[in-house]
Amino acid sequence: MLISHRVTTALSAALLVAGLAACGSDSDADSGDTSTASAADETLTIYSGRNETLVGPLLEDLEEAVGTEVEVRYGDSAELAAQLLEEGERTEADLFFSQDAGALGALSKAGLLATLDEGIVETAPEDYRAKDGSWVGVSARSRVIIYNPDKVAEADLPQSVYELTDPKWKGQIGFAPTNASFQAFVTGMRVLAGEDRTREWLEGFKANEPTAYEGNSNVRDAVNSGEISLGLVNHYYLYEKITEVGAENVTARNHYLPGGDPGALVNVAGVGVLEGSDQADAAADAVEFLLGEQAQQYFADVTAEYPVREGITTTKHDLPELDSLQNPDIDLTELDSLEQTLALLDEVGLT
Amino acid sequence: MARRHARPPLVLLVPALLAAALALLPLVYLGVRALERGWQPAADVLLRERTLRLVARSLALAGVVTAACLVLGVSTAWLVVRTRLPGRRVWRVLAALPLAIPSYVAAFAWIAAFPRLSGFLGAALVLTVCSYPYVYLPVAAALARTDPALEEVARSLGRSQLSTFLTVTLRQVRPAAAAGGLLVALYVLSDFGAVSILRYDAFTRVIYTSYRASFDRTPAAVLGCVLVVVTVLIVVAENRSRGRAAQARIGAGAARRMARVPLGRWTAPALGWLGALAALAVGVPLASLGYWLLSGRSGAVDVAALVTAAGSTLSVSALGALATIVLATPVGVLAVRHRGRLGRALEQSTYAGHALPGIVVALALVFFGIRYASPIYQRTPMLVVAYVVLFLPAAIGAVRASVTQSPPALEEMARSLGRTPGGVLRSVTLPLAAPGIAAGAALVFLTCMKELPATLLLRPTGMDTLATELWTQTSVAAYSAAAPYAALLVGLAAAPTLLLGRWSDRLDAGGEG
Repeated sequence: MLISHRVTTALSAALLVAGLAACGSDSDADSGDTSTASAADETLTIYSGRNETLVGPLLEDLEEAVGTEVEVRYGDSAELAAQLLEEGERTEADLFFSQDAGALGALSKAGLLATLDEGIVETAPEDYRAKDGSWVGVSARSRVIIYNPDKVAEADLPQSVYELTDPKWKGQIGFAPTNASFQAFVTGMRVLAGEDRTREWLEGFKANEPTAYEGNSNVRDAVNSGEISLGLVNHYYLYEKITEVGAENVTARNHYLPGGDPGALVNVAGVGVLEGSDQADAAADAVEFLLGEQAQQYFADVTAEYPVREGITTTKHDLPELDSLQNPDIDLTELDSLEQTLALLDEVGLT
Repeated sequence: MARRHARPPLVLLVPALLAAALALLPLVYLGVRALERGWQPAADVLLRERTLRLVARSLALAGVVTAACLVLGVSTAWLVVRTRLPGRRVWRVLAALPLAIPSYVAAFAWIAAFPRLSGFLGAALVLTVCSYPYVYLPVAAALARTDPALEEVARSLGRSQLSTFLTVTLRQVRPAAAAGGLLVALYVLSDFGAVSILRYDAFTRVIYTSYRASFDRTPAAVLGCVLVVVTVLIVVAENRSRGRAAQARIGAGAARRMARVPLGRWTAPALGWLGALAALAVGVPLASLGYWLLSGRSGAVDVAALVTAAGSTLSVSALGALATIVLATPVGVLAVRHRGRLGRALEQSTYAGHALPGIVVALALVFFGIRYASPIYQRTPMLVVAYVVLFLPAAIGAVRASVTQSPPALEEMARSLGRTPGGVLRSVTLPLAAPGIAAGAALVFLTCMKELPATLLLRPTGMDTLATELWTQTSVAAYSAAAPYAALLVGLAAAPTLLLGRWSDRLDAGGEG
């Protein structure tokens, strides 16, 4: 009996400690800018698939601008989307800030996103928002070929991603097969050129023995160090490196492909308001803030992305204008056939 | 005899039932999701040729890594515990230290140093050096506790050192080694970080991709179910292989110091073996961390954030370890002392979800948490529950191995002298199982500290742990900013390892008297 009493005591103690710690960690969070459960109703909860180091300061400004307490849960865009799908209407989230259009599209399809105010979303070009007004892009990024000028002269650069199957690039190219942006690029090629042409290109690309890396940063670093000559990445990875080690220490350069090439696909990060939000007004204000001049300038200067609002240009980076890019004409919602892309990559053996 | 197995005491049964119920939650969730659109879509995913290929790929990796871990773990434990190896205490810590290094950090370190190291070989190498301590730790604990008498008898009857090792010692550590091997196999099946970074197309990678690619939960859930079936088969196989041999010491229940084997001319090769292993398992990742720390500009350390994250890590991991061991100990004792159908079923069901990737367990708890436990949803207790579900088997394996080693005769004697079943448990069973309970708690504590996917989804909004901060920094490739978090994580996780080493040294010394 004694032991059972002790074990019961230990168990209740454990649960008590757990409970206390829960309160403890909540109040820890309080000292920052968040709230306890009782105050949850007055808090704007953001699920952010965008990284805290990139958008943390911006979301602090957002809190000030909107005038409501803001609580942010950071994670991976796709995993947060899966979490939101499981939470359904019970979610405490008011706003979803996604790294790409795909995750927003999935929530929209499940009927979890509210329709945004037309007057606000019109700030973004039509190409960069949902047709039904359920989400809006707030910043854009372009696919580029990053190259090492010590290994390839600017004049010799390929003018299309299709030229990368030329044997002269054998063993010279790096890519990140598991990266969502690479997969979106392949999806884009399927939409633009069809399945057969894409399969043919993938087979030719594979025959050229490209080096696979985990993530775009590693591709960029391999190009920068001269390990390879060309890499398929997003434009801002170069600026990330420049911020990290200084422009004078970076050799690599970006090459934007002309003529609506699939290798110049432009994709967006965006936001949507949850249908079940009890903070609809604050959420709408938050969307307006993210499309406003201050936030758009932030994207241009800090994350080196393209602002979607007209008239904003970067003051920090040597970045070509969004208008000057000759990106392919493609409806971003058509990039939702990722599963077929993965099957194709698996079939060709590029994983 | 039959009476002993007849009625498990409630004090064991109730927590064991709770443990099993929690561990089965992800399965219920998987069932709901896999069949939400009927049998047809589920069957389509199941019957894909790719599904079969993935099962084969994952099993091949798990098999190779488990075999390698058994060799490394048992040999290291024997050298450290049973021989006059120079610098034993250092090796004792070094051998367990890889547990402090998250597999995703190790994989990053390896691929950064050797970019071509991808695919099967890379994944097998990294997972082996990361997870052999799962075998080493229980085997070392078992070796420190086995009765030397049997080996002495074998030696005095003319058996050689080698023959004694093979026929007596190995048999004695078999339950511990098997439990460790099981953990390794299940860990490999559930690992996502290493296989993803090293680009080996294993099961978990495809489950993740399925969530990411299609936002359709059916394929992921179906594949999760397949993983559960594979797990059950492995657990049953391990259970069969455990055999019936009595592992208990005979004679006195007190530990007695083992005569250590002099290594003689084998000293240098033994040191070389351990040194090479330490270089691969600890040296490479730490060198990489050092490089990250010293290079780049993103390295301005936010000390306040670092301290807060460390505090959160320690508190949630301690709670996770406490809750897990409180629930695991009854399951472990029941599994050994009440080997009826119920005891076995309880134990095996706690393994069911163990090979599931963290994301699946996390989503299952999101599903149940927000519906039926909303007051604790996205609060610390929910995260603690996730740790319990994920890491129960690690604790149970350790508890079970050490209970197996203590003789039931002692308990019977205490009972015959008038102790209540509860009294026997408190004064005999648990003290004898203490090394296993401590090792289990330490293991779970370490593992909680490194856990990422469930922590990301279930932590209180706004709370950062070292692992989540590390994830935040590495996903923008700010390696020098990530390095302090990684270093602190490894440093803190090394502490329980160190304690464990010192504690078993004391045990040896105590046995002298």
